[in-house]
Amino acid sequence: MSAATPRTMFDKIWDRHRVLEREDGQTLLYVDCHLLHDGTAPAFEMLKARGVRLRAPERAFATPDHYMPTDTRVAADIPNPALREMVVSLERNAAAEGFTLFGLQDGRQGIVHVVGPEEGLSQPGMIIVCGDSHTSTHGALGALAFGIGMTEVAHVLATQCLWQRKPKTMRITVDGELGAGVTAKDVILHVIATIGTAGATGHVVEYAGSAVRGLTMEGRLTLCNMSIEAGARAGMVAPDETTFAYLAGRPRAPQGAEWDRAVGRWRDLRSDPGARFDAEVAIDAAEVAPTVTWGTSPQEAVPVHGCVPDPATAPGAERRAAMEEMLDYMGLEPGQRIEEIAVDRVFIGSCTNGRIEDLRAAATIARGRRVAAGVTAWVVPGSAPVKRQAEAEGLDRIFREAGFAWREAGCSMCIGTNGEIAAPGERVASTSNRNFRGRQGPGARTHLMSPAMAAAAAVTGRITDVRRLLGKTV
Amino acid sequence: MERFQVVRSVAVPFPKSNIDTDQILPARFLHLPRDADHGACLFRDLRYRPDGSEIEEFPLNRPVWRTGRIALCGDNFGCGSSRENAVWAMHGHGFRAVIAPSFGDIFAQNGLKNGLLPVRLLAGTVAMMIAQAETDPQGEVTVDLQAQTVTAADGSVHDFEIDPFARRCLLEGIDELAFTLGHDEEIAAFERRFGRENS
Ligand code: SF4
Repeated sequence: MSAATPRTMFDKIWDRHRVLEREDGQTLLYVDCHLLHDGTAPAFEMLKARGVRLRAPERAFATPDHYMPTDTRVAADIPNPALREMVVSLERNAAAEGFTLFGLQDGRQGIVHVVGPEEGLSQPGMIIVCGDSHTSTHGALGALAFGIGMTEVAHVLATQCLWQRKPKTMRITVDGELGAGVTAKDVILHVIATIGTAGATGHVVEYAGSAVRGLTMEGRLTLCNMSIEAGARAGMVAPDETTFAYLAGRPRAPQGAEWDRAVGRWRDLRSDPGARFDAEVAIDAAEVAPTVTWGTSPQEAVPVHGCVPDPATAPGAERRAAMEEMLDYMGLEPGQRIEEIAVDRVFIGSCTNGRIEDLRAAATIARGRRVAAGVTAWVVPGSAPVKRQAEAEGLDRIFREAGFAWREAGCSMCIGTNGEIAAPGERVASTSNRNFRGRQGPGARTHLMSPAMAAAAAVTGRITDVRRLLGKTV
Repeated sequence: MERFQVVRSVAVPFPKSNIDTDQILPARFLHLPRDADHGACLFRDLRYRPDGSEIEEFPLNRPVWRTGRIALCGDNFGCGSSRENAVWAMHGHGFRAVIAPSFGDIFAQNGLKNGLLPVRLLAGTVAMMIAQAETDPQGEVTVDLQAQTVTAADGSVHDFEIDPFARRCLLEGIDELAFTLGHDEEIAAFERRFGRENS
């Protein structure tokens, strides 16, 4: 490739991390930052079985999130010994191998994808991996970040490197202005509904366009987070002033003269004009409404003022059967208005929407209102620092006064591996990222939406167009 | 890793598109240690009622398919969460190959590293093989990794592509880590250079 060939941001990051190529065309990539969580125990077992130690413990950072209940910060309180062992073994492995642990008492603990950016660990130009598919989140800072399997986690621990075949690139351009009450969550649900859950399979997505540039860092984190729900390996946004302002002064970000040099390098990361992407998707920001899922895949999303689709209108028999099955599981009728759907539970949190801005947006709706009778509503901050910040701003008071439970940081009902699940048949308005059958507990029915929309569902007891509560005409 | 050469067995159809890893292995089994019986948890909530009784219609509960080692799946099989446990569950149950038009990326990668061969065939071919399995559940399918072919129950032969390195690892039963550890010097040289560039 000649030096003059315009390169994408992805190409630039990929090229800089190439250690060697294999005869079959796979590349050994060097990993800048390896994030670990309390589901990583089997990888350490694999290493132990081979007698291999960590190659670069200074590049590994861990925090317990998946298995820790959010009503306590004491591992010994976890009643199920197998779950307790997940949390405790992470502490043991950190001590034995010498990597950094943001433990339960540490004040920096949280969901791994909230902690990375917050600590300044996730930086532009890096390759970041984690044994979790939502590692795509960190791409919001202009990193190449992707989830890997457990065997690959062990491989990175042992070698600090990972074999990858170069993926294709896709640019999703969102131009125009987002309407009132429309958030990054609505944009990504709209994108997934447009291209499908396999729409970006095999691709790394770069999000571009004026609406993306206009998002805060937190909005970009939400956007990149759900790239995997469109099948993408990774999602990324070119670093700009928003990125630098977010990173400046964070504990692990470069400081002083080093910071200036780093920003200089980061400015060159953006895709060159004329760089070619293997696929292009264009989205008009004005078309995006507050969006809600009705089925059991993130692609089954519609505008909140819409209706549950009718399988009779499906293009083929297979699709019709799939829709019928989803409606049956979800307990919905074809043609039912989305705003008529009553909810039993509300979950505000997760690595998609558990950051301070998400909680502020939800609190704006909760302020001065009450959680509807019969609804159980939880706010689970994405990290201990998010929780402290929210408390400093008085958000916890707003939530508590409205009747929301205010919990400790963790994954909680996003996946329920810590035991926090909905009952069979319960309907949950959730700010998380997956509405698969049983994701929030066997038989639980999940509707994905933004934090403000989830708060609106909590106070009205049904899925509600948040714009009504904001006093906007719909 | 166990060596993979030729697998011949009845083929179990899971025709739906977008079967995600939460269905393959529900999250509440994610804490099980590597050597636990993940196979018993495979498709747990599609296969059993909450009271533990079997859902007769689910393919794995049909006597003829209980011991199938080849799965025939719809588009985008194994999408969603990166949990390798989903592959352990398929493998633990006895599956050695999964044939589908497409896979979730991470699932396919995880499969290659655990002796569960992801085989991509054209959607039309997979649909035909699923139809064959449904009309003749006893019909056997052969997956030959050496030859890179699938022989359908009707005897038709279909080539498939696979990453040559992954193929070698599977054929010989070796893993990637041993290979990479052999390149320690190149990694160390990269680290020296990389450190300088970043300061
Ligand atoms: S919050 Fe949910 S999606 Fe995010 S890391 Fe935790 S379990 Fe995974």
